[in-house]
Amino acid sequence: MSDLKFTKDHECLSVEGNVAVIGITEYAQHALGDLVYVELPKLGTAYKKGAHFAVVESVKTAAEVYTPVSGEIVSVNDALSGDPELIKKSFADGWIAKIKMTDAGEIAGLMDQAAYDAYLKTLD
Amino acid sequence: MKTTPLHSIHEASGAKMGEFAGYEMPLYYADGVLKEHEWVRAHAGVFDVSHMGQLLMFGKGSVQTLEKLTPSSFAAAKAFTAKYTVMTNPDGGIVDDLIVTRLSEDVFYIVINAGNKYRNMDWMRKHLGGTVEILPLEERALVAVQGPSAEAVLHREFGLNLSELGYMHLMEGMIEGANVFISRLGYTGEDGFEISIPDYKVEELWGRLVQNPEIKPIGLAARDSLRLEMGYCLYGHDIDETTTPIEADLRWVMGKDNKTFIGADKVGLPKRKRVGIKLTDKGIAREGADILDKNGNKIGRLTSGTFSPTLKEAIGQGYVDIMSAALGTEVLVNVRGNNIAGKIVDMPFVQPNTKAAKK
Repeated sequence: MSDLKFTKDHECLSVEGNVAVIGITEYAQHALGDLVYVELPKLGTAYKKGAHFAVVESVKTAAEVYTPVSGEIVSVNDALSGDPELIKKSFADGWIAKIKMTDAGEIAGLMDQAAYDAYLKTLD
Repeated sequence: MKTTPLHSIHEASGAKMGEFAGYEMPLYYADGVLKEHEWVRAHAGVFDVSHMGQLLMFGKGSVQTLEKLTPSSFAAAKAFTAKYTVMTNPDGGIVDDLIVTRLSEDVFYIVINAGNKYRNMDWMRKHLGGTVEILPLEERALVAVQGPSAEAVLHREFGLNLSELGYMHLMEGMIEGANVFISRLGYTGEDGFEISIPDYKVEELWGRLVQNPEIKPIGLAARDSLRLEMGYCLYGHDIDETTTPIEADLRWVMGKDNKTFIGADKVGLPKRKRVGIKLTDKGIAREGADILDKNGNKIGRLTSGTFSPTLKEAIGQGYVDIMSAALGTEVLVNVRGNNIAGKIVDMPFVQPNTKAAKK
């Protein structure tokens, strides 16, 4: 898990070749509370870095999830439709979508675990 | 931000706090909103609602004053019975919704919403007739105990015999040596009580309630999903100064013989109506979402929307054109640009379990 990368908006991703697997961080999960619905993107849709591609909903609010990298959706985690709380189980169970990257260089600007932990400390 | 007398207890118990109507209030505790919601339906929960405004109205002419401020009738109201009603403005819009309980011939106990409570007390003062006065009960807290176990727990903990107390009735009682009002009513659809207690005693009441295994503290987030399952209105969202009681589908609060309340001449045939909406396709619609007919023409707007923890479906309420308000009408609700199928359904969404509703 230590090779996860993080964004300021609390997305996290792991890279498998030219595919990025995107989810949300524990911090985001905790802030949202009980999750009741995940709006997944459609396969084949292309997104630019920073575009919102999914929505995670708690009883009270809806939170948009932004993609940290540009590319095309090649896989979505359909299990989340039936059980949104899977997001909290682990990254392996709770990833949201896989994106085939068009510019792997976009990963360079993301935080690693140590940087993200330090960033979280600046939020409280 | 303002706080209630239970503020430090909420913080100490790890509640997630947030702003509501100018008060810092508990949104949810450690278990989270879903578990809290389910706990209230299965056992009982205790809610701090001390932010709400409590007052007495008294003096000769109180009935006439109330029948001017609200479209309800109070002349025949029996002592210790409570009525849900609304205050109206000269345009027939709703200034606030409130619970009015008759204590005696010329004394009424009133609970109003936290938002604008001082403005609304001023509104009342402007319309007092005869020698009527209002007295804000600033030093009283309000705690709601809601759920099927509420009566038994209050009996066991405080020796209160509530079995003869009917729905929408108030009794005076004694808790820890303090005089309290106990009203059998609430905002959850469950059997339950609201207890008005001097604020220096409320920590003791709260402490003894939450140490009971049947009772958990419940935050405002679950209070909102519980009330929405019942189709109850939240002021400032589902009703406001621009909605009349008839548009809000609150005709039942209007007394047959009260034709002289403020704005009575403006509360006529409605162009729109508050309805319940259930999404039949996946998604959750929130306040502010446009409601469209099947052909995509806008017919209204959602004023509340959430995921129903009981039904595991998305529910909401909103106003639609009167011509499109029939039960069963298929609609579309626009959620972030996508039109999601839904239909107009009867409210409540979940059958209430209040004392009157029990067989």
